[in-house]
Amino acid sequence: MIDFGYSIRKDRLIDYDKNDKRVLKHLKDHEPSVLTCIACGSCTATCSAGQFVDFNIRLVQTLLRRGEIVPLKTEVQKCMLCGKCILVCPRGVNMRNLILAIQTATDKLK
Amino acid sequence: MISFNLFVLPFSLGLIYLLYMVIRWWYKWVKALPEEEREKFRKGIFSRNFFSALKEVFLESLIHRKMFKRNPLLGYMHMSFAFGWFLLILFGNIESRIYSTSHVNPPYYPIFLKFFIHDKTVLWFEINTVPGFFRFLMDFLLLFILSGLVLAIIKRSKSNWFGMKRTTQYQLTDKVALVCLWLIFPVRLFAESFTDGYYGGGGGFITQHLGNLLALIFQKSSRHIAYALWWTYSLALGIFFVTLPFSRYWHIPTEVLLIFFRHFGITPKKVSSSFTDVEIGACSRCGVCIDVCQLGSAAHIHDIQAVYFIRSVRDEQVNRDIALRCLVCGRCQEACPVGIGADMIRLIERNTFSGSHDADFTYLPELSSSTASPYSFPALKSPSSPSQPSILYFAGCMTHLTPAIIKAMKGILKQAGISYHFLDEAGTVCCGRPMMLSGKHEQARKLVQFNRDLILRSEANTLVTSCPICFRVFREEYNLDIRVLHHSQYLLELIKAGKIPLQVYHRRVVYHDPCDLGRGSQEYNAPRELLGKVADMVGVSQERQDSLCCGGSLGIYTISPQKRDLITKDALEKLTLSDPEILATACPLCKKTFSKHAEIEVLDIAEIVYDAIPK
Repeated sequence: MIDFGYSIRKDRLIDYDKNDKRVLKHLKDHEPSVLTCIACGSCTATCSAGQFVDFNIRLVQTLLRRGEIVPLKTEVQKCMLCGKCILVCPRGVNMRNLILAIQTATDKLK
Repeated sequence: MISFNLFVLPFSLGLIYLLYMVIRWWYKWVKALPEEEREKFRKGIFSRNFFSALKEVFLESLIHRKMFKRNPLLGYMHMSFAFGWFLLILFGNIESRIYSTSHVNPPYYPIFLKFFIHDKTVLWFEINTVPGFFRFLMDFLLLFILSGLVLAIIKRSKSNWFGMKRTTQYQLTDKVALVCLWLIFPVRLFAESFTDGYYGGGGGFITQHLGNLLALIFQKSSRHIAYALWWTYSLALGIFFVTLPFSRYWHIPTEVLLIFFRHFGITPKKVSSSFTDVEIGACSRCGVCIDVCQLGSAAHIHDIQAVYFIRSVRDEQVNRDIALRCLVCGRCQEACPVGIGADMIRLIERNTFSGSHDADFTYLPELSSSTASPYSFPALKSPSSPSQPSILYFAGCMTHLTPAIIKAMKGILKQAGISYHFLDEAGTVCCGRPMMLSGKHEQARKLVQFNRDLILRSEANTLVTSCPICFRVFREEYNLDIRVLHHSQYLLELIKAGKIPLQVYHRRVVYHDPCDLGRGSQEYNAPRELLGKVADMVGVSQERQDSLCCGGSLGIYTISPQKRDLITKDALEKLTLSDPEILATACPLCKKTFSKHAEIEVLDIAEIVYDAIPK
């Protein structure tokens, strides 16, 4: 590796070749609408839980794609399943099943 | 002398097995009840409720009253089998008492009476009653059942004559039991006819004439044919009895127990219980729930209807899809002739399939300690006036997505001069119902507890909400000792008290019953009365208990937006048949869902009332 004179913090390093795609794969089968997300943030803007805590469906999407399963599992626990996000989503992502399917998938990994 | 022939064995063994199964399961189910409900069951047996239950057993299990209401031909078909067979057994037993020479009759004796007794003349009986009374009656009852059988066969291909577009797809055990059931009565007819024809007497108006004809054709061999048919008859009965506990016909004994449970005050639970098991067994797979399911009729999903779902629970083959793919609109349980609470069973099963949702709501402000103020949190706005008003308005999550409703409510309340506290003006915690719809009652309790504390803290005496989903859960789960009203009820109260000046609006309005307000909370009249005061109501074919789901239901988890659109468009088409100008509803979710596709204006009741106030 060329030395540019910078260092990389290990905990900020995401290796897309090695990341854990198991949960994402489960979702591709069980809630394929997850792939249509354009990260517009409408869901986050309307979120009931988001008024009280730093909860963000876009972050969920990011964690999912990076395969960061441990933070993903704690993140989705904040959801109240109220469903406002589905109504505002311009891409038809079925968020409530997304949350449940992530939980089912992370349960299976244990 | 006891009459016996080897062919009675299949019937007798089948009957013994069936009785064993019924007693075993009834005992198991009653024993599995919680202690206080077992006490109710014990007390119930010696109370007046026993007789009211017996009456319902007669009306529903034998006469099939609800089936008649649905479709007379369908009702007749079910009645002829159930009531006809019941009478055949009853009068067969009385008949065998009269013609028997023995004091104790084995159970098979009345069933195969004609095989054992050919000469049916008992002098004292013939003299004292109508001659040939039983010969006529038994033939008549058999004819009654056979007429039902003919209808049942026709129904296989012409189900629309019976008011059914689709019928249930049966499993192997159902088919075997069905074939046996269908065989029993024609075989009995021919067995009796051959016997009567051979012995030249003892038959009624059908069996004797048919028998004479058969004897003419088959001569001496009709005796052997008759014997073979008696064997077939016994085998068909025996196999039917043995397959019964594993087939749809298990509903026959189970429904009786279910009716007794209900009359003794035993109620369904939120977790799997003995009551649920009995409900599952009591499903007759008649298929009435299939046509009413909009997922089938509008979205072409044909494998998740209540009948298939309940079957999969009984067979322990529930999968994620069948559990989570349901609108929970309640149309199927409204139509169910047995009154099975399919929605509750679905929610119970969902618990397994919605993941171990250890919802973590520790981020919510602590309300249980009296010192903590919820209003320190920015989302929970404190009351605007220093004195606590008696009216609390809770818009609900969904209403915040339809701000026109909030604007209308604010306007009306201002006009009426009501002092109120808008509890969730800046947003709040979800009411908990959407979480319950995933089967997570425990986790939902945390949300319920939070909102409940918030509501009680305000010391208001009336809670008004704009969302039927919140309304239902406030009433069912919150255990509030204050009045809980949906805004349609509250606005009607205000109008009746003369607090809102109204001018008649004169526009043709069709009203759509939201699932959670109508079927869920049994409130059909307030919105109609309210609308009737300001607009011209036009009728719609499917309303009140039969009203359609808008397609936006939070009950369904696994559905594509395209399928949802199909349901919405189909419902819209049916709602706008009489060409209304406005589609009125009382639910923000329905409004939002319909607005996406409607060509006419979709308004909430509050908006219509607000428009009708002279400005």
